Amino acid sequence: MEQVFTITFITGLLAAMMRMATPIIFGTLGEILSERAGVLNLGIEGIMLMGAMTGFLTTLTTGSLWLGVAAAALVGALLALFMAFLAVYLGLSQHVSGLGITLFSTGLAMFIYRLSVGSPVNPPTVRPFTQAAVPFLSEIPVIGPAFFTQYTLVYWAFLLIPALWVLLYRTTWGLAIRTVGENPLAADTVGINVNLVRTLCLAGGGALMGIGGAFLTLAHQNMFLIDVVGGRGWISIAMVIFGNWDPARGAAGALIFGFLDALQLRLQGLGFDIPFHLFLLIPYLMTVVALVSVSRRAAAPAGLLKPYRREEKG
Amino acid sequence: MIITKRAPLPGWVQVLVPVGAILVTLLLSAAPILFAGGDLWLSYTSLFKGALGTRYNFLETCVKAAPLTFTGLAVAFAFRAKFWNIGAEGQLLAGAIAATWVGISAPALPKVAVLILVCTAGFLAGGLWATVPALLKTKYRVDDVVTTLLLNYVMWHIMGYLLFGPLQMPNSSWPRSPAILEIARFPVLLARSRFHLGIVLAVAAVLIVWFINSKTVFGYRARAVGVNPRAAAFGGINVNSVIIRTALLSGGLAGMAGVGEVAAIHFHLLMDISPGFGYSGIVIAMLGRLHPLGTALAAFFFSVIIVGAQSMSRLTGVPTYIAEVIQGMALIVMLIALLLTEYRIKAVKD
Repeated sequence: MEQVFTITFITGLLAAMMRMATPIIFGTLGEILSERAGVLNLGIEGIMLMGAMTGFLTTLTTGSLWLGVAAAALVGALLALFMAFLAVYLGLSQHVSGLGITLFSTGLAMFIYRLSVGSPVNPPTVRPFTQAAVPFLSEIPVIGPAFFTQYTLVYWAFLLIPALWVLLYRTTWGLAIRTVGENPLAADTVGINVNLVRTLCLAGGGALMGIGGAFLTLAHQNMFLIDVVGGRGWISIAMVIFGNWDPARGAAGALIFGFLDALQLRLQGLGFDIPFHLFLLIPYLMTVVALVSVSRRAAAPAGLLKPYRREEKG
Repeated sequence: MIITKRAPLPGWVQVLVPVGAILVTLLLSAAPILFAGGDLWLSYTSLFKGALGTRYNFLETCVKAAPLTFTGLAVAFAFRAKFWNIGAEGQLLAGAIAATWVGISAPALPKVAVLILVCTAGFLAGGLWATVPALLKTKYRVDDVVTTLLLNYVMWHIMGYLLFGPLQMPNSSWPRSPAILEIARFPVLLARSRFHLGIVLAVAAVLIVWFINSKTVFGYRARAVGVNPRAAAFGGINVNSVIIRTALLSGGLAGMAGVGEVAAIHFHLLMDISPGFGYSGIVIAMLGRLHPLGTALAAFFFSVIIVGAQSMSRLTGVPTYIAEVIQGMALIVMLIALLLTEYRIKAVKD
């Protein structure tokens, strides 16, 4: 056992944790932005898959990784705008609209991918992102290679955590967003356009979800597989609850999930004779356990799931 | 834009809503077909001919409709009591695993007894798996949408573990179970087809759920809990017990979908035993307006789309994933259609 838990092992484990957590951080932050404004976006799983597919195909055809990321963000925002049309403007059930968006986007992603590449024996690949070392910081032992020799998108994800926190708690926009999510009638009374704020938050959140998907096909892997998202959208939804709708705590949950995911991969790689499927289910099971543990203090925004119709008040 | 409640529409309009939604969905699906460069007339004709054109194709559509009916009923029954069961996929897998296990090691009993054993095992496995999120909901108030979704992945990996481990066919490296015994297989009821016992069971399930919904105290209570849990509790209904029993029945129905796939179609347990039947169940239940008969009709319609998409794809080159796209569109269109029956939408300038 002593030979296993070396410095190299720990460094590799922490680096993998960061990578595994990144798409979930994007998803969790995107979902927090939407839910803080009062809209549960269950379209996340499909939006992430569309992001993964769009990012991949864009890079495959243009050769530009960043164009792929931009396209994924755009598609994510557009699908979220569709969600806004259904759940905000028409006021349809957020649960069912979101599931509809996920089913529709999942079908569309597979449809467009199949149409574009056909069904070759070997799926096409792109040359993925390479790690970019941060000057000086990357030379610190253990911490350097684990946290500061990463993909640029990983840095983005971690910079977005404080950015979203500042937006929500330290700006007037954030106050408006939280008011819309907690008490839309009060927000309307002080002249905030409730539906517009909700729409913008959904679109912004959708863009983040799209980028999270693109990370999977442009950095984490270099190809598009139909199950590439594999429930990470639902995990993100769970992390929002686990983190009590707070960006930092939600991201912490994503990191724990990333750690478990990385650990199972590493132990598998070391040839431990443990069935890998049992390892793969641990993060999902732990997420359920985590939800139970926080259930007593979970406090969702009061306006969540409720469409705001001015003519129906009072 | 102003949205106001409208007076309740007559009953025949309520029935026409899903039909209208289906027609609109079929019209809208022209967009992806044209996008894929498919000829519209050929696409639609090959879709319906492929699903209904010959006796064999029609019976294949019935075969595909069976699991969809079961998952549709599972979701409809749960949604009616506002138990948000998005976990029919995992419950289906649980049923399939149990059916395989019993099917491989079936004791020497008469065929009828073995089949009852296989079905009971599958029903119970699916049902018990569904009571996990129901217990978490009632005991700890954990959101059922999220837990049912997450437990789908847990069950998928449990199946993966079994198929690479204890349930793997000996001397094989594929994730595949041994074949279930002949005696545990559903009999084929019509010659030169795969029309099997499971389809009859699906029809029976429709009637049973309809009976439970409209003729039993439990069905009445489940509906009361769905409409207003607080009022139901004031009325002396044990809400938690109703939710858990609803979950048991709902998961059991989804489990039966898995039983049929093992005992009548594949005879083995495979990783891709379900191409998302559990998720399709959500769309089917909504299109069927949570009514068992409507659900059965919606399941048949989706079966037409799935089976027909195969021949459409062969003839026009439109990818079979068009079926998934249509499914997603159908759910969204149906939601909007339901809104239009209850509300009036006026475009006005502020």
